[in-house]
Order: sequence, then structure tokens, then C-alpha cells
Amino acid sequence: MSTAAAIAAAGTRPVRIVYFAWVRERVGLPEETLDIPADLATVADLVRWLKARGEGYQTAFANEAVVRAALDHVHAKPSAQLGHAREIAFFPPMTGG
Amino acid sequence: MTPLIRIQHEDFSLQDEIDALSAGRADIGAVVSFAGLCRDENGTLAGLELEHYPGMAEAEIGRVAAEAAARWPLMGLVAIHRYGLIRPGDQIVLVLAASAHRRAAFEAADFMMDYLKTRAPFWKREHRIDGTLGGWVEAKGEDDDAAQRWEQAP
Repeated sequence: MSTAAAIAAAGTRPVRIVYFAWVRERVGLPEETLDIPADLATVADLVRWLKARGEGYQTAFANEAVVRAALDHVHAKPSAQLGHAREIAFFPPMTGG
Repeated sequence: MTPLIRIQHEDFSLQDEIDALSAGRADIGAVVSFAGLCRDENGTLAGLELEHYPGMAEAEIGRVAAEAAARWPLMGLVAIHRYGLIRPGDQIVLVLAASAHRRAAFEAADFMMDYLKTRAPFWKREHRIDGTLGGWVEAKGEDDDAAQRWEQAP
């Protein structure tokens, strides 16, 4: 079986996930590449999947309404479709300026 | 009019940026500038550490700048945001808006700052004089309210 066929059969796809500020600290990683189930539809679905991975994720996403997300450098709501996003970011509300 | 967006650790000069914006032209009648500084309210702050999301910071400020350019007749627009450790009293952010008349320049600079605060991916954390690490600065509801008012404005 080819690599592409294996991925299709397994029903996963690789995405780069990046974390910032206290989300990064609670997850314990600045970024990671994960094979996520291809049937995860929305940002909220991905958050639920991440929370099942361990305590750091549960702490980071304890209050899901607070954590913001971006798909390929564009702000995205929890209900946003993941689509073909290659880089997904999670971070606290912004405090620049 | 192409907005100038810079994300950098280095400090900037307000006058140099205004000179660059207006060099070689005489049609600009108004330049409004806003400089945000690192503020120490009670003498305990060693500095603010600014974390940012490289790539998205430029992209998001660029989107805000494009909205400002579509909304006001601007002749120049500059946004510079610093990252890394910034000492109290030092500059963090600069916005310049240039137009033929003052109203557009004032409003565009105000709009840029309101959206920079709520949309640009930067996060501040306090470093204290006693060497300890303070908490992450919390986002303020009043900043969201300030940005929200542009949604209703004509």
C-alpha cells in the first residue's frame, strides 16, 4: 500500500498545531504535528479530541470559551470548519498594543 | 496606498517614521500618530515580555490595515509592533495614519489601535523587579467594547 493510500485507509491527516502564551505552557509544547482523524469537522471537534489526549490539554482547554483559534493564520470560531487547514493555532485572548 | 507593517524587536523612531511617510510629497495635510509605551503602575515591573505568532501577526495587522484603508481616504498607514522583553517607559507599538484632512487620520489611527489590541496575536507577560515571573496580562472587556463600536459606526 502506498503512503497516501495508507493515510486514506487510516482516516487521518497530519496537521501542525501551534500553541501560544498560557495555552502553550499548559499543553507543555510550542508546537506539534499530529495525525488527526479526517472526520473531525470543526475547531470545537478538534478541541474535544485534543482534550482526550491528556491532562495538559484538559488544563489548557478547561474553559473552551476562552481559548481562541486560528486556521492558517486567520482567526476562527469554535464552529469553523477545519477544511484543509495545515496549521491550526490555539491561544488566549490577545493582549498586544 | 500600501500600508507598512513591521513586527520587530528593535525600537523605532516616531520622527523617522513620519519623515519616511511624508518624504517627497506635499499632499498630506494630517498625520496622526499613536505610540504605546510599557507602563509600570506601581514600581514593581522590570519589563513586559511580548510573545507573538510570527506570520499571523503580520497577516492580521495587514487585514486590519486593509479595512482602515477601505474605510478612510488615507495617504499613508504605518503599524509597527515590537516583541520580546520591553522595559518600562520604552515603546511597544506605533500607528501612523496620514490623510489630506485630520478627521480621517484621527479615526483611522483610533480604529487601527482598537483592532490591534483585540485581533493582533500578541500576549504580554510581566517580569517583576524582584526577579519573579508575573502572570500573563489578562484581556480587558473594555478593549473588546472599543473595537465593537466600529461595527456600528457608518
